[in-house]
Amino acid sequence: MTYAGVDSGSWNTKAVVIDAGARVLGTSVVRSGADLAGAAEQCYAQALDRAGCSRDAVSAVWATGFGRQSVAFANGSRTELDCHGRGAAHYVPGPLVVVDIGGQDAKVIRIDAAGQRVSHRMNRKCAAGTGSFLDEIALRLGVPIEHMDALAAGSTDELELSSFCTVFAGTELLTLIRGGKRPADLAMAAYRSLVKRIVAMDVLDGRVVATGGVIAHHPTMVSLLAREMRAEVLVPPHPQEMGAFGAALAARDGAASVGPASADRLTSLAPLGAAHAR
Amino acid sequence: MTAFDATSTLKATMDRYYRDLGAAAERGTAPVAWCTSVGPAELLRALGFRVFFPENHAAMLGAARTANRYMPLAHAHGYSQDICSYLTSDVGAYLAGESPLSAYGLQGTPRADVLVFNTNQCRDVRDWFEWYGRAWNVPVVGVRSPRSLEAVTDDDVEAIARQIERLVPTLEAVAGTRLDAPRLEHAVRVSRECSDLWELCLRTAAHEPAPLTFFDGTVHMGPAVVLRGAEEACAYYRVLLQELEQRARENVAAVQGEAFRLYWDGMPIWGRLRSLSTLFAEFRTSVVASTYCNSWIFSALDPADPIRSMARASLELFIGRSEEAKEDYIARMTELYRVDGIVYHDCRTCPNNTNTRYGMPGRLADRTGIPALVLDGDVNDMRCVSDEQARTNVEGFIEQLADARHLARSARV
Repeated sequence: MTYAGVDSGSWNTKAVVIDAGARVLGTSVVRSGADLAGAAEQCYAQALDRAGCSRDAVSAVWATGFGRQSVAFANGSRTELDCHGRGAAHYVPGPLVVVDIGGQDAKVIRIDAAGQRVSHRMNRKCAAGTGSFLDEIALRLGVPIEHMDALAAGSTDELELSSFCTVFAGTELLTLIRGGKRPADLAMAAYRSLVKRIVAMDVLDGRVVATGGVIAHHPTMVSLLAREMRAEVLVPPHPQEMGAFGAALAARDGAASVGPASADRLTSLAPLGAAHAR
Repeated sequence: MTAFDATSTLKATMDRYYRDLGAAAERGTAPVAWCTSVGPAELLRALGFRVFFPENHAAMLGAARTANRYMPLAHAHGYSQDICSYLTSDVGAYLAGESPLSAYGLQGTPRADVLVFNTNQCRDVRDWFEWYGRAWNVPVVGVRSPRSLEAVTDDDVEAIARQIERLVPTLEAVAGTRLDAPRLEHAVRVSRECSDLWELCLRTAAHEPAPLTFFDGTVHMGPAVVLRGAEEACAYYRVLLQELEQRARENVAAVQGEAFRLYWDGMPIWGRLRSLSTLFAEFRTSVVASTYCNSWIFSALDPADPIRSMARASLELFIGRSEEAKEDYIARMTELYRVDGIVYHDCRTCPNNTNTRYGMPGRLADRTGIPALVLDGDVNDMRCVSDEQARTNVEGFIEQLADARHLARSARV
């Protein structure tokens, strides 16, 4: 039996195909762009291709992410809050705290010993604390975002970006550049600023698992998080595709769909574990 | 939103109120007083004033989603976007010379002969009234209330009662009449009756399934807000109560297939009232009760002791109480209405009616075992609202409740 999950995110769409044992058979990441439905189609097709399986062989595919309603071929949906938690809890037993940093939002999800989500926090309506903040800073520094992590590795001077606001942080950055500060130190300051926003969202105690595109492409974030918390931060396999992986697990487990992608919302609160058929 | 037969009576009641107010303000048929929502409305009615509640006007701007059109005008006059968006949208609408009250034949915001505030809610109401006082060169008087009260003591009540009494000479001068004790007792008696009837209407939502939601309540509370102390409000709530009780008897649910019941704390998000109502209903979730709608229940009012009971009622108001008193209150409500979760609205521009910023959601979740969700938003400023984030937050919360319920059922099997 084969299952799939599609995470329609603000920046990227991710797809994962798994077998009944939750072994990952294929993954894909494509830009979401303005055509969310098209990106989901393309991403899913690519993941299937990499998994070497046909659409017909997939028993169920579930959607997640802010564009989950746009994934027309999905059999069900769950929020990214559920899917990141579900995916992380597959690799790391609870109780745990999942820190997911995406392009548009950041989430802190608490999972209990039974693997159940007990609470969540999301960032306020603000780019600070999300991947968009790093994009803005990379733009100001004139470096491609994919080079920012390597740039920060050369940091020697501990600088602070104290502003709460992405726009003001950009202005602050210009002041520091005018003051002759090195780009490497400024890049590291941006990461540190992001980490400070994350640790202020909730009490990050116990076992912490980090997921999301920012974690996948900016390893510096993980070491800074660990340093700030004075604890180990675990990064599971395929952190960027964790939401899609969680959606594939939901498809496999037949989790109750309360989302609008379910065929009949009024009967969609089926018990967990019940087979979910379209 | 639920369709009630009583809605036609509601519309007629509100229509008469606004037209009567318009006649007073524009044709001088009676003196006009502005009053904050828990100001001394009964005193004003007893003196023959037509009473206007600008918070109701601001809520109309929010619900009509025109507030953001007007707020920048107030910001430009030095009223920050970080202060009460009721104030900035109302003042902005005045500066624009526009008002939703034109639908009731008024030319604009009704001009006041006197403005009467009570700071039991916040300081912003006073600043709001003083803006108009300066614009119209009319008196602004009010009650300065203590806040964060653990318990309401007799000393607190006496102090506020003295302040209310000191308003009387100014109000008599503006009204051109003397305060008549029987008229005040009557106003307080009618106000208490309105409060009791409104409370009974809201309490019908303790029934499972609930016959009305918080979202319905924010619409049907209109007469309790603007006609407190007037017979018309009582007449309306008798009609509404009859319908709600019948619906409860017949198990007519406001939300079809009610699966989850929630409590709402904090201000409504007026510009998203309908969409949030629809969103919760999509997930078979009924928001059955709220601090906000309950805030127009004034059980302390007593016609035998009008001034002191008005003082006590204004001090017992939830918004003016300590964190501990507020937590006790919400805990009682969650038991009364048997809710599965609490939604807290973190209202960007209304810190006084936001209870998320000093740790309350976590403390109450620990105390009651009832999970909490915090929604970021605003009462009128829709720039502070993210629809996508609100949807994910709500949907994720219902997923959590559904999973917990399933787990509990599985454990019992």
